[in-house]
Amino acid sequence: MNKKSSKFDIRDIEGEGWVYSAKVEDHFFHPRNVMTGKIKESDFDAIGEVGSPACGDVMKVWIKVENNKIIDLKWKTFGCASAIAATSILSEMTIGKTLNEAYKITAQDIAHELGGLPRRKIHCSILGDQALRKAIDCWRLN
Amino acid sequence: MIHNSIYLDHASTTPVDERVVRKMTPYFELVYGNPSGLYKQSREAKKAVTQSRKITAGFLNSKPEEIIFTSGGTESDNLAILGVARASGRGHIITSKIEHSAVLNSCRQLEKEGFAVTYLDVDKDGVVNLEQLKKSLKKDTILVSIMYANNEIGTIEPIAKISRIIKDFRSKNKSATPYFHTDACQAALYLNMDVKSIGVDLLTFNGSKIYAPKGVGVLYIKEGVKIVPVLFGGGQERGLRPGTENVPYIVAIAEALNIIKKHNFKIELKMRDFLINELLKIEHSHLNGSKTNRLPNNINITFDGIEGEAAILYLDRMGIGLSTGSACMSQSLKPSHVITALGCDDEAAHSSLRLSLGRDNTISQMKRVVEAISETVGKLRQMSATYKSNPKSKIDHE
Repeated sequence: MNKKSSKFDIRDIEGEGWVYSAKVEDHFFHPRNVMTGKIKESDFDAIGEVGSPACGDVMKVWIKVENNKIIDLKWKTFGCASAIAATSILSEMTIGKTLNEAYKITAQDIAHELGGLPRRKIHCSILGDQALRKAIDCWRLN
Repeated sequence: MIHNSIYLDHASTTPVDERVVRKMTPYFELVYGNPSGLYKQSREAKKAVTQSRKITAGFLNSKPEEIIFTSGGTESDNLAILGVARASGRGHIITSKIEHSAVLNSCRQLEKEGFAVTYLDVDKDGVVNLEQLKKSLKKDTILVSIMYANNEIGTIEPIAKISRIIKDFRSKNKSATPYFHTDACQAALYLNMDVKSIGVDLLTFNGSKIYAPKGVGVLYIKEGVKIVPVLFGGGQERGLRPGTENVPYIVAIAEALNIIKKHNFKIELKMRDFLINELLKIEHSHLNGSKTNRLPNNINITFDGIEGEAAILYLDRMGIGLSTGSACMSQSLKPSHVITALGCDDEAAHSSLRLSLGRDNTISQMKRVVEAISETVGKLRQMSATYKSNPKSKIDHE
């Protein structure tokens, strides 16, 4: 993650290019692994949800587990561009990982993978890792 | 401007009218004198300022001496509120919860300086509570500052009624105060700006909302109002706004006022009602503000289950520029204080979009806008963790 992108603020942008990194742009406009109406929620083994509508960000993730590995993850997010992109990239980072590996994914890892996020956005937009850990906890309890 | 793009953020700022540009251009290179001098170049500049002041006074039905040129709406609001308060030294101020931050933060500054401030509630349409105003007026109330029309939701405040309440209170108490200030930045293009008929003592408006440049504003101060400056320097603008006059921009704002008089806004009104009707056909959408008592160019709608910043970036991609009350776009990361003051929850503010029309918009553009918004809302709702569609709805189940 380069220094500039990790520190920039959405209000500091100088009018060049887009407001977020190219990676955020890509995932925001082309989100991966969204839980759409066509997919059956019952095909998944566990669900995790964090955030509140009042705060402006809510994330839900569904996971499918086989032999201790997350073989599929679908998500839904209410939130801004960085929140949507963060959940989308998390889905790619998670699928194929073991539960233990997935459990260790941090907000910093997600921000890094996105090529940096505005400082003020990191806290509110990256809740996906927490939602994922909740889903894993939920799976382990069952 | 980007080809084919549709600009719907005129409440934020307008383009500068080409007639305004033509009028002000000579004042950069040809008539460049400092109006304070005695020689020809200065006298020409001075003449332009004097003429602009007359035009502005004519627009407001005031005297030229009652017009102060400033650097914009924020400065005019600051001068009105801080200037009146500091002239009296202490006292009580009444404003509303939905004012522009230039007014709210001036009032908060005065609280730090020992003044008391009452922030009036508004009803679900955003209209200031007049009964609460009557009850809040006290002997030591020095100023009431209520906006003419709200910048986010377009609600028009009952300025003449407020003025009547204040005048009755003043005559009952045989007092010259409280003075009544209104921020009319959003109103200047569309509403009655005759200061005598609306009955205000101070009035703010600026260039950037009326097709003049950013960086110029006006404060009308009725003769006799006790006020002190907030900036200190030379004696320009009766000592209330020192600094060399911004001659080209002062010429520009006066020319913009000349154009307002010739403009009728029937088309804006038609486009506004078209957009409100069409956008409310999208399920789970709600109009913020009043349906009828609103500015002819303002539309503010909440679309449940979507977040405003995300919607704006999708719409930007389709060539449409507009704004939102979502926290994600605000410096404070707080949702719009205006929409939450209507009694809505924070989510309604996060999910709100504001469209503000201008002279350059057309009905055919509005058809494209409705399609683009409906597509965007649909897309974002598909991935939304909070949106629950009607059982009948197809959006989420197709």
